[in-house]
Amino acid sequence: MVEFALPANSRVQSGKTHKAPAGAKNVKAFKIYRYDPDSGSNPRLDTFEIDLDHCGPMVLDALLKIKNEIDSTLTFRRSCREGICGSCAMNIDGTNTLACLKPIEDIKGEAKIYPLPHMPVVKDLIPDLTVPYAQLASIKPWMQTQTPPPPDGERLQSPEEREQLDGMWECILCFCCQTSCPSYWWNGDRYLGPAVLLQAARWIHDSRDEMTGERLDALEDPFKLYRCHTIMNCTKTCPKGLNPAKAIGSIKTKLLQRGV
Amino acid sequence: MTLRSPIGRARGLGSAKSGMGHHWSTIVTAVGLVPLSLWFVASIAGLAGADHAAFTAWIAKAPNSALLILTVALTCYHASLGLAMVIEDYVSCKAKKFAALLATKLIAALLAISMSVSILKVAIGG
Repeated sequence: MVEFALPANSRVQSGKTHKAPAGAKNVKAFKIYRYDPDSGSNPRLDTFEIDLDHCGPMVLDALLKIKNEIDSTLTFRRSCREGICGSCAMNIDGTNTLACLKPIEDIKGEAKIYPLPHMPVVKDLIPDLTVPYAQLASIKPWMQTQTPPPPDGERLQSPEEREQLDGMWECILCFCCQTSCPSYWWNGDRYLGPAVLLQAARWIHDSRDEMTGERLDALEDPFKLYRCHTIMNCTKTCPKGLNPAKAIGSIKTKLLQRGV
Repeated sequence: MTLRSPIGRARGLGSAKSGMGHHWSTIVTAVGLVPLSLWFVASIAGLAGADHAAFTAWIAKAPNSALLILTVALTCYHASLGLAMVIEDYVSCKAKKFAALLATKLIAALLAISMSVSILKVAIGG
């Protein structure tokens, strides 16, 4: 059955508190999930008090300040710091988003930061994304054709055909949507999830791809596709403002067009 | 513990090549139940305060008994489709899932048939 409570060894305990430096006037507390698999201990929630007068505006700035100045063992992924790489996806203030795009001032009270939900945790804020990456590879997210490429140029696409891909090509694969989906929480081993299905839709709707039927064949499954119940968490949480639920709906429509 | 590769696990048993039929059936029964439910509620409201004989006479009219049987059949089918979805979502034990899916289908069929027979019995005055 579905588990609504965490296993005993995953229950989060209270952790250390790192007080703000004396004289700090603009203090904000960050409660951050900490887990070190080598320690054998349960996860804990450490509190870091930061002087916002000496910190950048985004949550990622606060995390970097903590790592640089307070606790260098705090572990998280980050790279571009401008919402393009998708590395710093985490659960901030109850919502999956990118730390680099989340302004600290948007968070009321203490800022609670957890890794992306319902995934195995490698360490601290780093989830194990092996399964979603494998699911992404399983839908063959690249162009497949029978026709050889033109010898003297690119495969052509009209502006209207290119427009079909808007709202899908922008996905940065941060997996915020994937890990916000209750269907993915309960059946993540079989349901492909919103991020992967958005990518599948991106290739199904690409006029240059010649394997649309095979792609639809591979997705027509009660679990791979039809676990989506249009809950819309994916669309609500996407930090890039995309609509994975609509993309999944478009795959279902294509299957209906083919079968009815 | 498994040493199977992540891609092997993600690909699993492949596509069942089904699911569209279930999806389409859900849509058709849902759309069909909208006018049928409105008709049923309006009809029952119109019979408010009527006695047993009046209800029997209403059911005995051919269009009413036909629409009642259609409402019962679509409701039971739609409910069985929805319950199957819930069971597939939340029950991970294969034996329990199989038993629950089987029970859902059989109970829905039993309810639909017994209600239809009852309607027919009243309609033909048995």
